[in-house]
Parts: sequence; C-alpha cells; structure tokens
Amino acid sequence: MSGTQTTYNDKVVRQFAVMTVIWGIVGMLVGVIIAAQLVWPELNIGPWLTYGRLRPLHTNAVIFAFGGCALFATSYWCVQRTGHTRLWGGPLIPFTFWGWQIVILLAAITLPLGITQGKEYAELEWPIDILITLVWVSYGLVFFGTIAKRTVSHIYVANWFFGSMIIAVALLHLVNSAVVPVSLTRSYSAYSGVQDAMIQWWYGHNAVGFFLTAGFLGMMYYFVPKQAGRPVYSYRLSVVHFWALIFTYMWAGPHHLHYTALPDWTQSVGMIFSLILLAPSWGGMINGIMTLSGAWHKLRDDPILKFLITSLSFYGMSTFEGPMMSIKTVNALSHYTDWTVGHVHSGALGWVAMVSIGSIYYLLPRLFGKSEMYSTKLVTTHFWIATIGTVLYIASMWIAGVMQGLMWRAVNADGTLAYSFVESVKGSYPFWAIRWLGGVLFLSGMLLMAYNMFKTMAGGNTKDAPVIAPVAHHA
Amino acid sequence: MAMDINDLRSLITVAGLLCFLAIVWWAYGKSSKKGFEEAANLPFAEGDDDGAASRTSHPR
Repeated sequence: MSGTQTTYNDKVVRQFAVMTVIWGIVGMLVGVIIAAQLVWPELNIGPWLTYGRLRPLHTNAVIFAFGGCALFATSYWCVQRTGHTRLWGGPLIPFTFWGWQIVILLAAITLPLGITQGKEYAELEWPIDILITLVWVSYGLVFFGTIAKRTVSHIYVANWFFGSMIIAVALLHLVNSAVVPVSLTRSYSAYSGVQDAMIQWWYGHNAVGFFLTAGFLGMMYYFVPKQAGRPVYSYRLSVVHFWALIFTYMWAGPHHLHYTALPDWTQSVGMIFSLILLAPSWGGMINGIMTLSGAWHKLRDDPILKFLITSLSFYGMSTFEGPMMSIKTVNALSHYTDWTVGHVHSGALGWVAMVSIGSIYYLLPRLFGKSEMYSTKLVTTHFWIATIGTVLYIASMWIAGVMQGLMWRAVNADGTLAYSFVESVKGSYPFWAIRWLGGVLFLSGMLLMAYNMFKTMAGGNTKDAPVIAPVAHHA
Repeated sequence: MAMDINDLRSLITVAGLLCFLAIVWWAYGKSSKKGFEEAANLPFAEGDDDGAASRTSHPR
C-alpha cells in the first residue's frame, strides 16, 4: 500500500449499529404494548392502535428494523475486516442505509393505517416491497463486490453465512411478494388456495432459517472467536454446518400447515426435514460454545461473552424445541397456542437479540475510538435483566400454551367440548401478565444499552480505521 | 419405460444428497486441513489488540 492510506468504511457500520439499538427499543416497546393489551383490553385505542394493527408493526420492527440493522452493521464490518479491503459500491452503500430506514418508516406509517397484504412477516404493500427489493439487491452488490475485491485468498466462513442470507432472502422476498396490484395501497396475491399458503410458509420458515438464523450465525462465527480471542473450535464442522443448513432448511416450511388442506405427504416431508435440522443446528451451537474451550474463565467477567454464549444456549434450546413441535402429534397440542409464541421468543429474545446485543457491544467502542464501553458494569446488568426477562417470557408461554392446548382438546363423555374458548382465555390471564413483565424487563435492558451507547459515543472520534494488510499466515 | 417429471425430481434429490456427502468427505479430508487452518485464523490477521494471530487453532 503506497501513497494515501485506504480506510475501512466504518461510517455505514456506525449508522446501522446505532439504529440497531434505536429500532430495538421501538420494536420491543410495541411488543410490550401489545402484551399489555392482552392483559388490559382497554388499551386498544381507535382503529390504529389496536392489537391487530400493532402486532405486525411489532414483528416487522424487531425482525427487519432491529435485526436487519444488526445484520447490515455486522456483515459490513466482518466482510471488510476478514477481506482486508474497503467496502465496494460507492453510492450504493449509503443507499442501503437510507433506503432501509425509509422502508422502516413506511412500515410504521402503513401498518397502523391497516394497509397490509395480510401475509405474516410479509405484510408490507407492493410499493414498499419494490423499495425493499432495490435496497436488498444493492446490499448484495455491495457485499459480493467487497468479497470479489478481497486481498486474502479465503472467504471466511462468517461471510458464507451472511452471503447465503442475502441470496436466500432475495429469492424468498421476490417469490412470496408476487401480487396483482389494484391500487397504490391494495393488491392481491398471485397465488391462490393451498399453494398460496404453502408459498407463504416456505417464505415464513426460510425467513426464520436464513434471515434469523444464517445471518446471525455469521455474527457468531466472527464475534465469538474475536471476543474469546481464539479461532472457532472446528472450521471443518463450520463448513459442514453451513452446507447442511443450506440443503435442509428450504424443506421445513410445511410444518406450519399441519392438519390443514395441505396434502398429507407434504406435511410429513416438512416434519422429517424439521427433525433432520436438529443435527446441523446443534453442530453449529456446539462449534460456537466449544470455541471457549480452554478459556472458560473469560466467561466470568466478560459480559459481552456472556451475551454471546448465552445466545448460543438459547439457540440450542429453541432448535431442539422446534423439531419436537414439528412432530405432527406434538403439533396437534401446540399449534395455535401460546407455546408457539414462547418458542418464537426463545429464538428471538434468547438467540437473535442476545447475539446481536453482544456483537453491537463489541462494535460500539471500536466504532467511536474508545477502548471499551462507557460502563462494563451496565453491560453486565443488561445481561442479567435480559436473561431473566427471557426466562419469564418463555416459561409463562409454555405453561399458558400447554394449558390452552389441553383445554381445547378436552371432551366430555358424550363427545362435547369440556371447555368453551373463553374459559381458556380466562385461564391465560396470569401468564399473559408474567409475559408482559418479561417483556418490560427485556425492554429496560435495551434502554440501559442506549444510555451506555450515547455515553460511549460522547467525545468519541469517528475517524475510519486504516485497512490493515493481512498478517502473514504461519505457512 | 417412460420417464416423467417425478423421476427427475427423485434424481435431483439423490444428487443433492450425494453432493452433500461429497462436501462432508472433502471437509474432513486431509487435503483441506491447511487451508482451513489459515481461514480459521482470518479474524486474527487484523493486527489489532486481540493478539491471537499466532495462536494455533484447535487440533480438530
């Protein structure tokens, strides 16, 4: 390298990292509000702030605003650092940031107004879908353009996970969003009947598999080794982990449609592939956790490592629970109950949010020229509040869910239902209150994080770091 | 015997499985060991304060 020193593009990482925390607070606040609405129905205000309109706002905000910004920030950081090159793409780079923020704002406006396609996790109407496509294709160009101009020969495994996430989400979004528009704010699906349902859950489950799993595994494969100060436990296992997920995830969607009009054999295929998924999921979890082998003591006083390793424990728990729930006989009890909601949040709070929070805590001081967060103590407090909140949430939903399932299927000797639906609602109230409390705790942790973040940013320097030539490998 | 689209579907599924087994065989083969070790150390080739660059990877 001669003449002017090239720098990494840390500006876009800084923008996405800060917005991760902001959107995390917004999305989780909406979650707390709808949890409260279930306990105190009087909180449903006007048509705009009712549960039915706020619930998709909550899911979109936490998945695509909070999770999405975390993915952009970490993937842009990782691909530059492990490729030893500056981000490629010129104006496309700021476009991914500002475009994504506009998508989020449009979601926050249209969903409370009731403008929706009515497909879970794909509610946004077609003009917004087109903007998402443009931003996402730009993201792909920036990411793979940077991979192409890397100055080392290998593509680090984390980048494989990030890259597969970008490609798979593009495919899912394009296919599931196919609609016939009738006006700017209304459209009808291009598919009908059971095909429409199957395409929706092919999309839905792979949004879980690629957006919420592969991308965050990319985070794990970069930030766990960095924070632990040692290479991943087994690189071979990481390669097999990657390809096993790629080959199996696409088939698991039908488990969302057990005992519906979907052909029986398709349901069974979905169940079997969901069961197979246990193997690569646990392979990946073990690979992440065992990276600490020989350095377990670091877990004692490093709250960032606590976040990362605990997230892997929750990943292991939810990827065990998921295959079990996909078994048709188990699903007959669990489906449509709060057990599903508990399972989702075991993954969403325990895995996705915690691995993101840990990674963002790693990034923040480095992005603002500090050696560590303003207060490490507050990070530890955040960790414990988040963990207790998650446990309260999951445990209450398990109890409520199994109770609902048992009440709905109970029959009297003459074959009539033993309970009316509203009796199961009445029985759920105390657990919905505990769930709300768990959510309040998790949200409080995010507020601590925001305080800690702004204190760390204060007086920080935002000069981009120089691109470092790769240290020679021990050949 | 006439082939139909379902034979093709079965073939693709079998080819997918064989492809995956080949990847496992390659990943656990001797020839890829050195490359994997280099790749595993990529996060530490940044010359930053983490100081793990010289650490050898786990013996697996």
